[in-house]
Amino acid sequence: MNIASGIVFQVLQSVLVVLIAPLMLGWVNQCRAWLQNKSGAGIWQPYKVLNKLFHKDAVLAHNASHLFRSTPYILFGCMWLAVGIVPVLATSLPFAPAADVIALVGLFALARVFVSLAAMDIGTSFGTLGARREMMIGFLAEPAMLMTLFTASLISHSTSLATIVETLGHRELVIYPSMAFAAVAFLMVLLAENARIPIDNPSTHLELTMIHEAMILEYSARHLALVEWASSLKLTAYITIGIAIFVPWGIAQAGDWTGMLIAIAVLVVKLTLAGAGLALLETVSAKMRIFRAPEFLGTAFMLATLGMLTHFLLER
Amino acid sequence: MNLPFYTQLINLLAALLLLLAFAMLTQRRILSLINLFALQGFVLVLSTLVVAYSTHQSHLYYSALLTLILKVLFLPWIMHRLIHALNVRWDVETLIDIPATMLIGIVLVIFAFNLAAPISQFAGTITKSTLGIATASILLSFLMMITRRKAVSQVIGFLTMENGLFFAATSATYGMPMVVELGIALDVLVGSLIFGVFFFHIRETFESLDIHHLEKLKER
Repeated sequence: MNIASGIVFQVLQSVLVVLIAPLMLGWVNQCRAWLQNKSGAGIWQPYKVLNKLFHKDAVLAHNASHLFRSTPYILFGCMWLAVGIVPVLATSLPFAPAADVIALVGLFALARVFVSLAAMDIGTSFGTLGARREMMIGFLAEPAMLMTLFTASLISHSTSLATIVETLGHRELVIYPSMAFAAVAFLMVLLAENARIPIDNPSTHLELTMIHEAMILEYSARHLALVEWASSLKLTAYITIGIAIFVPWGIAQAGDWTGMLIAIAVLVVKLTLAGAGLALLETVSAKMRIFRAPEFLGTAFMLATLGMLTHFLLER
Repeated sequence: MNLPFYTQLINLLAALLLLLAFAMLTQRRILSLINLFALQGFVLVLSTLVVAYSTHQSHLYYSALLTLILKVLFLPWIMHRLIHALNVRWDVETLIDIPATMLIGIVLVIFAFNLAAPISQFAGTITKSTLGIATASILLSFLMMITRRKAVSQVIGFLTMENGLFFAATSATYGMPMVVELGIALDVLVGSLIFGVFFFHIRETFESLDIHHLEKLKER
């Protein structure tokens, strides 16, 4: 493979994903509004919000440390790196060797640690509350996520996402029953990690229920913009990981320009469907009490484990 | 590994069966429990049809039809009528909390898979690897009967166990002889009707469907 074209592909993919991430969030919100019989703010709303926030002056608490100030940049960097190394459009990119599933989970964990620390940095009670809840959700969601990814890597004998995509997407079609378990578990982890409805409500500012919003309450202007952008990137990253593992068909190989065009079209279709599905799921389910969250994520972990077990029983 | 397409399909349906068994184990509401039971019956019908078609065993079509009528349509309908008549749409109370039940469930699944592994070595059928899943779903429905306190969900556990047994029969030997199958189907039917009558009696005597009350020997 030509190194130059690989780099072009890599840059194209990274930039494209960063640009469409707010659109993805806008689309999910728009679908939710439609399902609730509202007219909605339009799919471009997140861009308008980002634009507004970038033009405001930032307000910082007097006792804010450097950690608080640098966290939005670290968070945004982590998420950008995550979507950059996931094979969204093409496999065998220059960054592909870094797209190890364990490294990805570690990257999300790094972002989580910094956000939680920043939330506690100011010393307000809401920040601390949100940080504690986030860590609770995180430590329950991470094992489930890892088990899900291990199920996929057992099939392809590699923890590299690019290899998983190659194995599942570019060979003849084989039905893997274990992937059915893994898919359900992954969906549950996706909802929990991205502060979506059964665990957290992204549009609430009610003290008793918020998790993610409580942590970022002290941020304003460009910091808040970066945090918001990063959370839409995180949602996109999770959805594209899901696409790469469970519906990898259509992802191009690097250096293949016509394949790339098809891959972009296929990606748009998949993201549209995924966003609509996410909105539907959020509309039909109710937010659960915070103490039910361990049960929800325990179920996810159990399903992922069952997936691994069925792999050993049925697919060897 | 490149299994034939039908085997893959049966494996997928078997996995769905196990998934539904777990969903029933963790379900809190009786109404959803009944719907899941009907869905499990439907998956069972599909898998029986696939086995019948791929192995040209024509008697399996009859068992599939029997399962469809009995377990997907008739029994759920009776159950729905029963809980309407008894007015019991409360949340199911479990003896052990649900996360602990799930952990026990996983242990049971590992046990069942290990138990079935040497047996399925000897089976010559195309569905041999699903024997472990059938055993697991039988054990899981046992667990459900043990951990539930209310009579209705215990009966659903009993019927689920029958589903697991039926699946085990299909996967190990391409189904039981027709006479046995008809007998079991009739047993289940009559059994659930008697259970229905029992529910009314239990509630009339104790004003509750909680099996706990049956443990006392004295009259109130």
